[in-house]
Amino acid sequence: MIKKFDKKDEESGSGSNPFQHLEKSAVLQEARIFNETPINPRRCLHILTKIIYLLNQGEHFGTTEATEAFFAMTRLFQSNDQTLRRMCYLTIKEMANISEDVIIVTSSLTKDMTGKEDVYRGPAIRALCRITDTTMLQAIERYMKQAIVDKVPSVSSSALVSSLHMVKMSYDVVKRWVNEAQEAASSDNIMVQYHALGLLYHLRKNDRLAVTKMLNKFTKSGLKSPFAYCMLIRIASKLLDETEGGHDSPLFDFIESCLRNKNEMVVYEAASAIVHMPNCTARELAPAVSVLQLFCSSPKAALRYAAVRTLNKVAMKHPSAVTACNLDLENLITDSNRSIATLAITTLLKTGSESSVDRLMKQISSFVSEISDEFKVVVVQAISALCQKYPRKHSVMMNFLSNMLRDDGGFEYKRAIVDCIISIIEENPESKETGLAHLCEFIEDCEHTVLATKILHLLGKEGPRTPQPSKYIRFIFNRVVLESEAVRAAAVSALAKFGAQNDDLLPSVLVLMQRCMMDSDDEVRDRATFYMNVLQQKQKALNAAYIFNGLSVSVPGLEKSLHQYTLEPSEKPFDIKSVPLASAPITEQKTEIAPVATSKLPEKLAPSRQDIYQSQLSGIPEFQGLGPLFKSSEPVQLTEAETEYVVRCIKHTFSRHMVFQFDCTNTLNDQLLQKVMVQMEPSEAYEVMHCIPAPNLPYSQPGSCYTLVRLPDDDPTAVSCTFSCTLKYLVRDCDPNTGEPDDDGYDDEYVLEDLEVTVADHIQKVLKPNFGAAWEEVGDEFEKEETFALASVRTLDEAVGNIISFLGMQPCERSDKVPENKNSHVLFLSGVFRGGHDTLVRARLALADGVTMQVTVRSSEETVVDVILASVG
Amino acid sequence: MTAVSFQEPSLYTVKAAFILDNDGNRLVSKYYDPELYPSLKEQMSFERTVFSKTHKADNEIAFLEGMTIVYKSSIDLFIYVVGSAQENELMLMSVLNCLFDSLSHILRKNVERRCLLDNMDGVFLVFDEVIDGGVILESDPQQVLLKVNYRVLQSAKEQIKWSILK
Repeated sequence: MIKKFDKKDEESGSGSNPFQHLEKSAVLQEARIFNETPINPRRCLHILTKIIYLLNQGEHFGTTEATEAFFAMTRLFQSNDQTLRRMCYLTIKEMANISEDVIIVTSSLTKDMTGKEDVYRGPAIRALCRITDTTMLQAIERYMKQAIVDKVPSVSSSALVSSLHMVKMSYDVVKRWVNEAQEAASSDNIMVQYHALGLLYHLRKNDRLAVTKMLNKFTKSGLKSPFAYCMLIRIASKLLDETEGGHDSPLFDFIESCLRNKNEMVVYEAASAIVHMPNCTARELAPAVSVLQLFCSSPKAALRYAAVRTLNKVAMKHPSAVTACNLDLENLITDSNRSIATLAITTLLKTGSESSVDRLMKQISSFVSEISDEFKVVVVQAISALCQKYPRKHSVMMNFLSNMLRDDGGFEYKRAIVDCIISIIEENPESKETGLAHLCEFIEDCEHTVLATKILHLLGKEGPRTPQPSKYIRFIFNRVVLESEAVRAAAVSALAKFGAQNDDLLPSVLVLMQRCMMDSDDEVRDRATFYMNVLQQKQKALNAAYIFNGLSVSVPGLEKSLHQYTLEPSEKPFDIKSVPLASAPITEQKTEIAPVATSKLPEKLAPSRQDIYQSQLSGIPEFQGLGPLFKSSEPVQLTEAETEYVVRCIKHTFSRHMVFQFDCTNTLNDQLLQKVMVQMEPSEAYEVMHCIPAPNLPYSQPGSCYTLVRLPDDDPTAVSCTFSCTLKYLVRDCDPNTGEPDDDGYDDEYVLEDLEVTVADHIQKVLKPNFGAAWEEVGDEFEKEETFALASVRTLDEAVGNIISFLGMQPCERSDKVPENKNSHVLFLSGVFRGGHDTLVRARLALADGVTMQVTVRSSEETVVDVILASVG
Repeated sequence: MTAVSFQEPSLYTVKAAFILDNDGNRLVSKYYDPELYPSLKEQMSFERTVFSKTHKADNEIAFLEGMTIVYKSSIDLFIYVVGSAQENELMLMSVLNCLFDSLSHILRKNVERRCLLDNMDGVFLVFDEVIDGGVILESDPQQVLLKVNYRVLQSAKEQIKWSILK
């Protein structure tokens, strides 16, 4: 044992640390006594402890000094002091990566591992495996196999765990020990059982059949170790998920039976597994929820935390299933562990009624400053969800959020608040001014560039249309004076929008712009100069095109086209219309609200679906020269579900052609299909030009064939067409087990459902952030108007939905949401027609008996206007 | 957040375990997942965050930087066990309890800084027997003590103190 340190140290009380001023060099110097004979175990032990302590503190050891100390240490194997030996093992493990030639201790360790002293054997195995590489592993394989089935549990456990660590490095060798591991799994010792199960699973996890067999065996025979049960539950739920097994599967029954296990750990694991399963019905959740409910009143904080966290998860999808726990959750909102209280409150916010919102918010604001950022984000997300559910509560929420915005907090937290405020503003027009005011205040003192630019962009979009736009100018211009380049540039863009929208503000904006032109940063100066010149023209159309509504092309597409243009320089100027359009973002999926918020994954700019298709199609020689891909439709099913062959079609529109991509799947395991193509018979003057068959379509491997169709040039109004489709192919019967096909086959065909091309396939959705300006920009040169009566439609909502899906255009200004209890509504739609013609539709709807609709269409091309009106009628 | 809806079956339960003193200084610290906080600087900043959020209230469990952390304090020490966000909290608790009970026994119930530092070798051995590379090696403190087989040599003063306390 460590000797008492000098007296002074002792007296100075518990504040001192015997290891405090350790010098690495001094300790290494001391390590020389390892070479003294006889060995003084106590002093040596103390020095080894110091070395490990230093390593533990993160002290860096050079290779030479580490190797030196390591070699000196090997002499200590001569001593029989137990603790000293054990510390040697630890030193070996700690130094395995920093010292050279660690393998010289192999023989000493092998001796200890196979020796009589049980105390040494387990730790020696673990140390040995730490320094062993694949080549040396062969040499000790025999010992490892014996150790795995050793009757001393610590030896067996050590061997199993060490084998598991080595699976990554030497899978092929460790795989040979499966039988031994299997034997160990039936051990009486609970830890051995657990470790054996873990190793077996790691060796077999890629073989679903073997995993299934293993599960069957252990679920039937039962296990002793609660850890092993938890592991089994995880394996079972993973298997259920992969095989999409129904909830009548024996695996599900097993997990459910674990809810009645004696051990809380197992019960919780099972409940959590059930809750996390996709597509669980409320009835299947009920038993899991009721055990979690019991845990809510446990004296153990960890158990309460686990329970309420899992209930919170349930509440996201099935709030009604958790309602039964409301009383228990109420008791937890005053829990001294703030994490538990936060989770309880946010769960209640999801399950409770509108009347309890005020009370819960008050409760939570009393301690929001004490909880960690992760949970603050949970709170904000709960509020965000609540605002959607109870829009009338927005004033309470807005107050609360603005208070939170003033508190300290990290980026994720602030971003969640800002996003939440923005979504409230968008949902509730009457909250716009308060919300913008809070955000203005926030950017006055905001260290996060991303948030500042985001808010400035929002101010530019919304500010000019408020009753008092002038009050925002000060906030924005302050940014120009005080912030970094990115923020200054965003502020300049926002200012320009005020100038473009409000004539009375224009002179002042121009003065400010003039000042920005003296900025030290290029980007800021460029923007200011550009906007200055555009604004001075005082033309609505220019303002709309260059200030309100930015580029609508897809950025990766633009990059590619520009690169192409620089590779093949030509006299012609670059044509922006040749760039594929960005498909309007489909409403972002709501991110999961869970206290698992901070994933460390970097956010990558994923290429859009259409960019993927574009590059796929351009790889096919027949489709070269079609120009840029204009639009890809959503997949259309051409077969019923559960038929022999499953075919779906994606319609790709180009400027003069259409490509139909048929994704086919063969669901018959005794057939191989070859030369698969779809024959199309058009009803109109569409010309089928090419068919590109899929050469092979084996069982359950999807393949694609394509058909190229030319659109009629002479009649631009023929936008809709019906194709009757037939799948043609060569069948070769094959052995379902081996997949070996017969030598010869026969031709066959299969009738598919008809495929419709509609006007929506010719229009790409493009969002115009400022519809009014875009409307003026396009002008009334080709404006046409007509009135229709929609007799079959009963509500305004339904009418709006129908028009949007029929025309395939992008609703602007959130006009796709019909306010409640209104008899009339105006819907704004924008898009680009094939060939690059901006197209805008304004539909005024009035509800009487049916719905009456007055449609006004504007476009830069007359035929487009006619096409749209004709197709509506 | 990636949609990992269930826990990948694995024996690697513990991401890290450490003991800090009541100023937040590291006494013992083990990181088992090489991808989590690979550098000393990141480890130290994580430990600082954890300490600042936990030393005031004895709450047993916390969720920080996307990690579930269970902890226990004793006189002037804080013992932490860290697992992933999806980890079974009770499993982590059983590791923490095993560590604490084993330490408490080898330190003769004096789970405090000075005593811990005086028996650092025993502390390292306990960690080694409870967690091996992130795998729970043993969860029963009795078994751990048997395996560690560590005897505290006491000063005369302490021996008297203990004989009175008994």
